[in-house]
Amino acid sequence: MSNLKQLPLHAVHQTAGGKFSPFAGYNMPVQYTAGVMAEHLHTRTKAGLFDVSHMGQLKLPLSAVDALEILLPTDIRALPIGRQCYSLLTTESGGVLDDLMIARRQEDYLLVVNASRRDADLEHLGRHIKDVVTIDDRALLALQGPCAEAVLMPLIPDVTHMRFMDVAVVYWQAHEIWISRSGYTGEDGFEISILVSAAEDFTHALLENEDVALCGLGARDSLRMEAGMPLYGHELKEDISPIEAGLSWAIHRSRRATGKFPGEFLGADRILRELDHGAARRRIGLKPQGRAPMRDGVLLYDSPEGSEPIGVITSGGFSPSLRAPIAMALIKSEVDSRATVFGEVRGRRLEAQQVKPLFHQPNYKR
Amino acid sequence: MSNNPLELKYAKSHEWARIEEDGTVTVGITDHAQESLGDVVYVELPSMGDQLAGGDQAGLVESVKAASDIFSPVTGEVIALNENLEEEPELINSDPYNDGWFFRVKVEDLSELEGMLAADDYAEACTGDD
Repeated sequence: MSNLKQLPLHAVHQTAGGKFSPFAGYNMPVQYTAGVMAEHLHTRTKAGLFDVSHMGQLKLPLSAVDALEILLPTDIRALPIGRQCYSLLTTESGGVLDDLMIARRQEDYLLVVNASRRDADLEHLGRHIKDVVTIDDRALLALQGPCAEAVLMPLIPDVTHMRFMDVAVVYWQAHEIWISRSGYTGEDGFEISILVSAAEDFTHALLENEDVALCGLGARDSLRMEAGMPLYGHELKEDISPIEAGLSWAIHRSRRATGKFPGEFLGADRILRELDHGAARRRIGLKPQGRAPMRDGVLLYDSPEGSEPIGVITSGGFSPSLRAPIAMALIKSEVDSRATVFGEVRGRRLEAQQVKPLFHQPNYKR
Repeated sequence: MSNNPLELKYAKSHEWARIEEDGTVTVGITDHAQESLGDVVYVELPSMGDQLAGGDQAGLVESVKAASDIFSPVTGEVIALNENLEEEPELINSDPYNDGWFFRVKVEDLSELEGMLAADDYAEACTGDD
């Protein structure tokens, strides 16, 4: 336990009855008294507040733009001030080192990266970019759900003018807040970067609204699974290409073979080839029959007797919204998308239906 | 802290056993167990007629977070199952000592329960668990 880092709001989580578990080197609140199911549904119907301060916040100078063109398959020069986009740090061999949000601000780029990949990202970025600044004095909070805007308005009126993926610098009681209209739940919402010294007061100000409930890592995971969002280490790895992971849309059209600036990013050979000719595997959604969850690592077969696996589950669990198990998997591309597959759970082959990896239609404010 | 009924016997693996009036034994999981598991979403029960030995795996519960084995604290034949758990596994969270029971066993030797923990000893065994 001793090497685990505490979140800056650890005391708040303890008071709220948080149950903690190690994640990416942090002692993270997995759930509070209400439990994962209630927290999940609260986020879908009202507003959940997640402490995601474990995530890496990095600042890059505007001069990094040339390097970023090589590191990200994004049209970084076309990203306007006040906007952010989802992107990937690709590897030489066309895998994924990390997925991230990159915001173009007046004076710099702001990146939010996975906690588990922060050190690897820093090493990678440091090889191409001078003056990568890690932000260690800011907490990161995510307020997610249909009531998020209404909850935030009395504190920060400007948020009503923001639309999905906008970023802004705003103020609350003279504290500078870096805010984006985005999230990892499939709901409208905001991600809020605030100095650690002001974060607790701000959190309490949000929690005074009875529509807001603290939600832990457990609900964050079930929410992102329903929203079909990949998680690094599961759907994304160094040996999984973005095309296999179903993230073709993250390869900007200007960087594609027919685009204005084709290729020239790390791993472009493989990634552009797979865009044109298909990849060996594809990411799918699964609805297991019955109630037994099929979790990460469950092997998939094409029949109850098949001896060779055709795929593997990358994330799986129970969907509180559907009240049924759901999963995501990587499966060989040649498998018919209508075919029933069989997951081997504790020695038994259980049926599952392939579906689009999207179990909850997002409602962003575009 | 968990509120463990005094009339029950407890296993360190977090099952409880209750001797019914007819001498059969009902088995479930403790309040502490359901609390640490979180929301239960799926249950696998033993089959009617199964012959269980004390300590045998007799089923499994899955919460939103993880799967966990259930062990029979007693030796005997399974004579009843709580079939409500298939559709309403959340009964284990809401009422672990009554509506959330798992299965009932016709035991061979009731003295087997003497080796189990009393409520306060079990509560003590749980401290430091989390």
